[in-house]
Amino acid sequence: MKELICIVCPRGCHLTVDENNGYAVTGNFCKRGEVYGKAEVTAPVRVVTSTVAIHRASAKTAPDAAGGIEARCPVKTSDAIPKHLVLDAMQQIYAASVDLPVHIGDVVIHGICGTGADLVATKDILA
Amino acid sequence: MYDLIVVGGGPAGLAAAVKARECGLKKVLIVERSLQLGGILNQCIHNGFGLTYFKEELTGPEYAARFIKQVEGTDIEVRTDTMVLDITPDKTVHMVSPTLGYRAEQTKSIILAMGCRERARGALSIPGTRPAGVYTAGAAQKYVNIDGYMPGRRIVILGSGDIGLIMARRLTLEGAKVLACVELNPYSSGLNRNIVQCLNDFNIPLYLSHTVTNIQGESRVEKVVVSQVDDRTKAPIPGTEIEFECDTLLLSVGLIPENELTRDAGIALDPRTKGAFVYENMETSMPGVFACGNVLHVHDLVDFVTQEAQRAAEAAAEYVLKGQPSRENIIDVRTAGGVTYTVPQQICPENLKDEVRVFFRINRVFGKSEIVAKLGDKEIKVFKKPFMIPGEMQNVSIPAELLAGTHEDLTIEAREVTEPAADNGEVAK
Repeated sequence: MKELICIVCPRGCHLTVDENNGYAVTGNFCKRGEVYGKAEVTAPVRVVTSTVAIHRASAKTAPDAAGGIEARCPVKTSDAIPKHLVLDAMQQIYAASVDLPVHIGDVVIHGICGTGADLVATKDILA
Repeated sequence: MYDLIVVGGGPAGLAAAVKARECGLKKVLIVERSLQLGGILNQCIHNGFGLTYFKEELTGPEYAARFIKQVEGTDIEVRTDTMVLDITPDKTVHMVSPTLGYRAEQTKSIILAMGCRERARGALSIPGTRPAGVYTAGAAQKYVNIDGYMPGRRIVILGSGDIGLIMARRLTLEGAKVLACVELNPYSSGLNRNIVQCLNDFNIPLYLSHTVTNIQGESRVEKVVVSQVDDRTKAPIPGTEIEFECDTLLLSVGLIPENELTRDAGIALDPRTKGAFVYENMETSMPGVFACGNVLHVHDLVDFVTQEAQRAAEAAAEYVLKGQPSRENIIDVRTAGGVTYTVPQQICPENLKDEVRVFFRINRVFGKSEIVAKLGDKEIKVFKKPFMIPGEMQNVSIPAELLAGTHEDLTIEAREVTEPAADNGEVAK
């Protein structure tokens, strides 16, 4: 028996997962808790959120002076990726950058770390 | 003359403006101090937003974008980089910006949506020197996520509020070493899910019932001393000191609604929430002025901010289009048994449509418990809760018919249900 706190939503249900009984989940309020509980014990996954650098024409100046507000573009993995790949994914994210304009959903890295998930922009940044 | 001026273009202000326009207000203006709409969501790049409202998991910028797009699709006027200086009783909003200079705009109604700010070191009286390297967690979040700077390399976080927990993970992913998260209370003030995915995932220790008792360093933080505290008195216990060699201390020790404008306008503030006193329709003590979001009371979930802003906007539209609702019979909402405050604080039963949703927080961890709504001594409704923690705002919905015609005050009481002995086959936790 493994006790977990569900991270799917802010409710934070206290789950119990029974490894000896087909990973049966109890204590979940909704179906998503069952999926999470089983996955967390068998193959845990996480969505990774971070930022990537922005290429601006006048990149030598500070972001404000270049007319923009932010120096970084926020990104996320389009799906949860295996938890053990999170730090590898960050290595790829450190090296990535975007040209402007960028829109929500634009792919920054295809198939990050060989997973089926892409790294996508989460903000519209025009200039 | 505007129908509505919304002060603040964060999640509350955006949702309020869109809803007010939908409800028939024609001339709506959003005034935003920052360079862009979206408020604090712009720096909250993590996901977990929108599960209640959109039924999907969004990051902060994505959640904001949903509403910014809606605003852009309307004739709602937006003034960014514009600071509201004063709100006067004749509903004139005085503002200043680099492009328009000083303007005084008249309006029929106002929605206050200025959000909150962080408690800083000055509010804590931590002994020690005054070196660089002490930041609020939200300031650090802006440096990392928007400006692209790291605040430090070896980090201790005081307070286990959600921003602190989120920053523990964020800084770890960016290559910093987060040595400890230190919490004064015997429980975390953050959401459980953030303890799991931000601390436990990265083996960052959480020190409950501990606090920072000294900050050392000349020009930069060099060391932070942490001590255990007595759970009752909160006094540090000598001999329990732990020293952390670090260059940065982040503070995640609470948020304060930003109500200078509200106070200066002469609107009554609740010392418990540090926000305005409001009626069931989010109207403040000044007719035609409404408040919503973190400027009213600090929320943990933006989804509830959105819904609260929409209620304020509906009421503002009703005020402008139909006039001030009756305030003849007002009942107070009182608290008991560990409930620390409620929003709304006052209700006019005859103005209720279907129900009134009362939001509140509790002052300690509750196991299996009941929330009891009482009129005078009479219990009118009981809500069962499996567990409650202070970090999560609670709410109960009271049907209008239960309050119809009453002149008695409404009391919201929390009480723990004593567990029967675990002999009924259930596994004790």
